[in-house]
Amino acid sequence: MSYKFDFGVLLPYWPQLLHACLLTLWLAATAVICGFIIGIITVVARRSGLMFLRAIALTYIEIIRNTPFLVQVFFIFFGLPTVGISFTPWTAAFLALSLNCGAFSAEIIRGGVDAIPRGQFEAGAALGLKPLQVFRYIILKPALRVIYPALSGQFVLALLTTSIVSSISAEELTSTAQLLDSDLFRSFEIYIVATLLYFALSTIFSFIFKGIDRVFFSYPIK
Amino acid sequence: MIRDFGLLEVLTILQGMWTTLALSVVAFIGGGTFGTLVALARTSPWKWLRVATAAYIDFFQGTPMLMQLFLVYYGLPVFGFHVSAWTAVAIGLTFHASAFLGEIWRGGIQAVPKGQSEAASALGLGYIDRMRDVVLPQAIKLSFAPTVGFLVQLIKGTSLAAIIGFVELSRSAQIVASTTYKPLIAYGLAGAFYFAICFPLSRASAYFERRFSLKT
Repeated sequence: MSYKFDFGVLLPYWPQLLHACLLTLWLAATAVICGFIIGIITVVARRSGLMFLRAIALTYIEIIRNTPFLVQVFFIFFGLPTVGISFTPWTAAFLALSLNCGAFSAEIIRGGVDAIPRGQFEAGAALGLKPLQVFRYIILKPALRVIYPALSGQFVLALLTTSIVSSISAEELTSTAQLLDSDLFRSFEIYIVATLLYFALSTIFSFIFKGIDRVFFSYPIK
Repeated sequence: MIRDFGLLEVLTILQGMWTTLALSVVAFIGGGTFGTLVALARTSPWKWLRVATAAYIDFFQGTPMLMQLFLVYYGLPVFGFHVSAWTAVAIGLTFHASAFLGEIWRGGIQAVPKGQSEAASALGLGYIDRMRDVVLPQAIKLSFAPTVGFLVQLIKGTSLAAIIGFVELSRSAQIVASTTYKPLIAYGLAGAFYFAICFPLSRASAYFERRFSLKT
């Protein structure tokens, strides 16, 4: 092997890489939070009495879950401008990731809601709570405990998925790595460093989420 | 020159769909083969082997698939292997799939009650017979649904090959979008093709989950 590894060339660029990590985290966090809200709305729509609301929610979930994120990003960033709706790369990335997380969150939340015994809703209604109150106190809170592990996994997945938005040159870790690559011609080293940064981020956050789970959700249920 | 969006464009995208399917099948077979080894190593009696495989799985589950493809694509030439984009993508996806399938099948193997393999040992079956005739047939049944679910992930994941320039479904849609200047239709159509492949698989996965998950 004649290739000489040289990670030293990357050293002066660490502030740029750190900034890129923060952008990646910011994008993942905002999109997951927004996706969670979309997910709740979708679940409410799926349980509503109106047939067309249920159909819209189901169509949204199935379309997002059965097409690649890359195509969704391209559709929003390159496709929608032809009908007069255009975004900056960052907004398109945020929108695509939020919609993506929304559909997956909806399925996770639905699983949590299904885990709550029906009698509990009926008891809530019998106590004179309004449907929204039933949803908030009787469905959402206990369901949150059930779905917490999957939901925190969703954040780590979103963190890894953000790398795909580099393809519309939204600024984050992967696109920064590509930019450095075109300056330094050290592809392999740069992508090793970027990969390790992603690995560090996902490991740290998995660890933090496990800690939160142990502190807040470890009370006994029965 | 801007082309019209005609039959030729639809056929170009359809051609890409076949490449996507071929790539998915290759990655699934390769990933399945190595995934079996990963699952067996992950449940082996030797601690060092279990720890090593756990690290392997963690790495692939904790890094973006795009980065894994980049590392293979830019890394192979560094080690003196000059391969086509096809081979690089197939190798990258195989590694990726082997880690995920290995983890799914580890779950399946460990869900088979311990008494089963103890009984098999007591009957004098060696490791290979025990695995082949007792544990794996039950484990396969248990992990059927998540395996089909992962197949959907893998097919969607092949779209990332487009970013390193490999012409499959997404990339051919990209090409058509830039020659016809009708990205909305091109990407819409590509999405529809992915949906046509993935939706039945998702439904099948949900069906198998209902069918196999409760009975052990």
